Amino acid sequence: MDISTFLVQCLNSIQYGLLLFLVASGLTLIFGIMGVINLAHGSFYMIGAYLAFSIAPFFGDQFIIMLLAGIVLSALFGFVLEWVFFSYLYQRDHLQQVLMTYALILVFEELRSILVGNDVHGVKAPEWLSGSIALGDVMTYPVYNLFASAACIVVAIGLYFVVNRTRLGMMIRAGASNRDMVRGLGINIRLLYRIVFAAGVALAALAGMIAAPMASVYPGMGGQVLIICFVVVVIGGIGSISGALIASLLVGFVDTFGKVFFAQMSGIGIYVLMAILLIWRPEGLRSKGY
Amino acid sequence: MKHLFKPAITTAIAAAIAGALSAPAFAQQGPIKVGFMLPATGTFANLGNMIENGFKMYVNEQGGKIGGREVQYFKVDDESDPAKATDNVNKLIKRDQVDVLVGTVHSGVALTMAKVARETNTLLIVPNAGADVITGAMCAKNIFRTSFSNWQPAYAMGKVAAERGHKNVMTITWNYAAGNESVKGFQEGFEKGGGKVSQNLTLPFPNVEYQALLTQIASQKPDAVYAFFAGGGAVKFVKDYVAAGLNKTIPLYGPGFLTDGTLEAQGAAAQGLVTTLHYADNLNTPRDNTFRLNFAKTYKTNADVYAVQGYDAAQLLTTGVKAVNGDISKRDQMILAMRSAAIDSPRGKFTLSPAHNPIQDIYLREVKGNNNEVKGVAIKALADPARGCKQG
Repeated sequence: MDISTFLVQCLNSIQYGLLLFLVASGLTLIFGIMGVINLAHGSFYMIGAYLAFSIAPFFGDQFIIMLLAGIVLSALFGFVLEWVFFSYLYQRDHLQQVLMTYALILVFEELRSILVGNDVHGVKAPEWLSGSIALGDVMTYPVYNLFASAACIVVAIGLYFVVNRTRLGMMIRAGASNRDMVRGLGINIRLLYRIVFAAGVALAALAGMIAAPMASVYPGMGGQVLIICFVVVVIGGIGSISGALIASLLVGFVDTFGKVFFAQMSGIGIYVLMAILLIWRPEGLRSKGY
Repeated sequence: MKHLFKPAITTAIAAAIAGALSAPAFAQQGPIKVGFMLPATGTFANLGNMIENGFKMYVNEQGGKIGGREVQYFKVDDESDPAKATDNVNKLIKRDQVDVLVGTVHSGVALTMAKVARETNTLLIVPNAGADVITGAMCAKNIFRTSFSNWQPAYAMGKVAAERGHKNVMTITWNYAAGNESVKGFQEGFEKGGGKVSQNLTLPFPNVEYQALLTQIASQKPDAVYAFFAGGGAVKFVKDYVAAGLNKTIPLYGPGFLTDGTLEAQGAAAQGLVTTLHYADNLNTPRDNTFRLNFAKTYKTNADVYAVQGYDAAQLLTTGVKAVNGDISKRDQMILAMRSAAIDSPRGKFTLSPAHNPIQDIYLREVKGNNNEVKGVAIKALADPARGCKQG
């Protein structure tokens, strides 16, 4: 492999990893702060992609505004969903949470099938992002993919700022460390959970919206992402956002270079990575909080 | 009084059963039970839907009956999951006791269906799955296919690629039965024409992260690329291939599945793509035009190759049932009629090989707008070699 191909593969790994981070950050927040195993997280990613497909015609080229609208809509959806469904799951044991959120996946898939159908759909990238940059004499890299990576980095910085530098972030980190103490201090833990859950859903839906022009929109797209996200969360440490970032980049690299060098075994590459890391550090790379 | 009732009732029931059994077979015929085992969820959901619609449309054209008998449909969602296939097919065979199985899309699932159909001697018509062995090493009297073998369109594409002067081609696909067989078929046709396949790239099914392998293709610079993907994966692959700018210097070829049912989502990226398949969107024969018009009127969407395959499965079954006047217990006679049937398909007339796979023309098509337009015939009356099949 020559140096330019190697660099492009690194670019591919980072781009894949950053998009994974966007989905996984929501999952780790929900899992870490509220202790709920949420199997339906992949469905939120799918909902984001289908949302992009549905509202894109109304926004035309104003892509950023569409993303913001999507964030607001999905956060509202997450807020309501937590209120009517997830708030009842906190006291239950993990098996019940798994069963109930798995049922939620099936419900979402059926709803999607009824409302939008089973066809594969495309979402067009906006005009101002649809160019390509030449990389060498044969390959070009779409500007949109760079935008996607940039958007993920912006979100990561935003998350860091909120979690580490604001009161809300302080309460989130405290809730991750010791839930009962936070409650004992008089903080409205129910509202806090609702906000965190809405944020988690919005993050996953945003990832789906950003991915839609690249990945196309099709039934079952949430399933694959979900499994890899759990791998990322377990490797990175449950409840840790910086851990999710490091782990997603790791997974991106292992998956990309695994495909190139170990084609037959590339399917199990990330699970081997997870196994090795669990043997070395069972609690994940970083501890709870940021 | 109870001790009088029981024997009376038992006798009455026995008499009723005896009466029913002794009645002529014609009078006692209920509906033919057709069991669909197709994907209703997942990446192939749309294909399953089109197959079922095509099948039902033919039956409705015959007045809602098959060979004069009513039809009762049963349905199981196979989720394109080979691990659940045995349980799913047994639901149709043992629980619903279907007379004929119709399915499926995913080759891995179809292989299990064929195995169980052989063991239980259930009639099976495969309306899509192209695994070569279904009409190859695993061929059987009671297994028919109205679609294709993975080898057929691939071999034709290989021949075309060699004719176009390409010498060095890379292939890329999912590492599963359909992908591997398609690539092998292409390699056979291509190398027969003097070309050479330099590398076979694969990724696990149904992974759609292609960037790493596209970068590899760019670094190796082959003359052309042959790709097998279907459904959602095909949409993403074509878009990624064009987004990476590879189509400007390295032409992309594939069997029709790369562009069938996916053009609306692929948009501009698919324009000009050349593929081979036993069907095209504008054959413009009277038979095809009538079929497409009826399908569009009934289901508000354009027919595709999957709908044609489902439609022809119903035609094949009807030919068999008519030949035995509705008495499907005369299995051997029915099978004889089916295997010698000449199906008047929207794709063109075709017959079945001794291994029960269609002998059909493979068209060369090019994407223009939202259609795969026929450019010519790549190979006429191509029969799958049916390697390992012991029925003559």
